[in-house]
Parts: sequence; structure tokens; C-alpha cells
Amino acid sequence: MTRFRGFGRAVQAPALAALLVATVAVTAAAAQAPALPAAPKGAPQDSGALRVQVLGSLSEAQKNDPVLEDKTKAVASELRCPVCQGLSIQDSPSELSQQMRTVVKERLAKGESEQQVKDYFISKYGEWILLEPAAHGFNLLVYALPALLVVGGAGLIVLLVKRWTAAPGEASEGVESPTRTEGESTD
Amino acid sequence: MNWKRATIAAATAAPVIGLLAWGMTRDPNNIPSPLPGREAPAFQLAVFAPGQGELRRPMGDTVRLASLRGQVVVLNFWASWCLACRDEHSLLSMVAQEYIGKPVTFLGVLYNDVPDKGRAWIAEMGGQSYPSVDDPGARVAIDYGLYGVPETFFLDVNGRVAYKNTGPVTPTVLRRKIDSLMVAGAAAGAAKGAGDSAKADAAGKDVKARTGR
Repeated sequence: MTRFRGFGRAVQAPALAALLVATVAVTAAAAQAPALPAAPKGAPQDSGALRVQVLGSLSEAQKNDPVLEDKTKAVASELRCPVCQGLSIQDSPSELSQQMRTVVKERLAKGESEQQVKDYFISKYGEWILLEPAAHGFNLLVYALPALLVVGGAGLIVLLVKRWTAAPGEASEGVESPTRTEGESTD
Repeated sequence: MNWKRATIAAATAAPVIGLLAWGMTRDPNNIPSPLPGREAPAFQLAVFAPGQGELRRPMGDTVRLASLRGQVVVLNFWASWCLACRDEHSLLSMVAQEYIGKPVTFLGVLYNDVPDKGRAWIAEMGGQSYPSVDDPGARVAIDYGLYGVPETFFLDVNGRVAYKNTGPVTPTVLRRKIDSLMVAGAAAGAAKGAGDSAKADAAGKDVKARTGR
């Protein structure tokens, strides 16, 4: 038991600290595109009339085109709702998200590619508008850290299990415990 | 005390503390706009609230951004349901009057609201000196990367976005931005005039143009 506790203490502090660094780093990387937009300083209420006007530039056929609808959903799922927290414009019921979805649909209907539509929104809102940050620069941390943590964690577990299951004579800290403890006697 | 362990612990904790400290310096609500420095998105929107006195524009009149070249434009997005818009309303209205006769245009843009409610709100607030236009479907708002109201865009004389103010605008920011953009616009105008005359004629004329202001 003493052996176990001694080793536990040795790894506890650095392991915990490493975990903290990783968590904070991932959070910070994700915060490059902060999840908190400026608080929507109120909520639109009466907007039925606006919605009719918005759909004006789409033809009847385009409004019911399932392929266009699927493409719109795909793009809208990747764009962040500016007045929500962590929602895509596809999932958000807010007025602005509905309007943004219409813009997405109209641009796709005009023949723009999905990337061109996303680029349009990036040019207006910055990369913040993408729910998934693009994998380059500082953002890479978000993608790399989880993988590193899994590999590091697995390595740590293997190391710990090896040490804990090692025969008493092999462990360097075995000398700390001259008498057998209750726990060990049952082994 | 195990110095080795203490060193390892300190070395691991330092980046965490550093990262947290850096995080404290950032305002998560302040999302930088990519627009400043770029050409302002064009628009043509109809006036739904005419404004007063010299700044009045006829109801239904179409305001084209392109026609405002050569002027500093203060573009204020607002809505009647927006509480923070109440804070800046009288200031904007007052400052717009201060700049009458100068190359400055104030324009309100209604965001996700119905014109009737907008007009009722203006009446309730005691009037608005400059006109407001309606933005159906928030097309222009999206073009300007809006994520809430109020937001105020300052456009320079060349039609570029110079600055974006999120939330209620303060008197200092409002006047300073307009003044500096007016000065920059005048300087650019003078330089352009000087350049043109240099191309056109002799050096003496050039000097006159530069010093003639």
C-alpha cells in the first residue's frame, strides 16, 4: 500500500497539472471563435411580414428542390448562429438564423459552391462564423490535443499498471515498506 | 521537500496560469469584424422614417450607398425592440444636427423590425433628426456581419468601412471618429487634387493646389 501511495503521489501532481493545461488549452483554442456572441440585446417579435419578403427571390421550383434543400442544410449546419450560443443557423429558430439560411439557399440556387457560400459568411463575420474552426495555425491545437491526450493517457495507464503489478523485488520503492501491510497479505 | 517534483509541478502549472491570465484579458463578446479597411457593402434601401429639418429625406426615397461617396457615413443599425438603442438615440440625433453642412451623413437602418413599430418608437423617443431606412430580410445587416443591435459603422469618404462600434456609441467615439474621418477625407481630397493638377499642368499650379486650401 505504501508503495502504491508513494508512486501515486509522484505522478499525481504532474498528471493533474498536465490534464489542466490540456483542458485549458483546448478551451482557449476553441475560444478563438468565442462561443459567446454579444448578448442579443433584445428579441425580434413581429416578423411574419419580413419572412415573406425574404423568400422573394427564390422560384417555386427552387423552394421545393430537395437537392438544394440538402445542400442548404449542409452549409447551414456549419455556420454559427450569431445570436445564439453554440448553435448552427440550421438548428437555431432565431430570426437572423432563418434569414441567413435564406441567404445560403439563394446563393446556392444562384450556382455558388458550398465553399463560396461559406467564404461569403467568413468575409462578413470572420472565421468565428464557422462552428468548426479551420484546421490551421493556432486552431490545430483543438484537433491535435485530444489525440495527444488519448495517446498520453494510454501510455500513462500502461506505465502505472506495469509498476503496480510488478513483483515486490522489482519496484524501487519497495524498500519504503519493511513489513507487509494488510492489503498485500491477501494477494 | 522534493525539489524535483516541485520543479515539475511549477513548470506544468506556469503555462496554465499564463493561459488563464491571457484569457482574462479577452472579452468574449468582442468578436473582431473583418470589415474595417474593406469596401463597405453596397445597398439601396427605402426610407421609412424621414428625419427632420435639413436632414429630412422623403418617405420611400431610395438611399444608395454609392451616392454617398465623398461623405463620412455613420450607419446605425437599430430596432424598436432593442433596449440599448434607447441609450444612444438622443446622442446620435443630436450629433447628426451638429454636423449639418459638413460632409457627413447619418443613416439609421432598421434591423428585424417592422417600419410601423420603428416609426412609433421614434415618436416615443421624441423624434430622430436623420432618416432611417428599412432592411427587409436583414440582407444588409448580414452583409455587414451584424450580430446584434445597436451596431454603428463609420464609413470613410472613399466608401470603406473605417470602424465598427458594437453596443451603444459614446459621445467621444462618435465625434472623434467622424472628425478624424473628415480630416482624413479632406487630406485625401487635397492630395488627389494636387496629384491631378500635377499630371495636368506645370509645377506652379501644383503648388497652388497644395497650398490653396
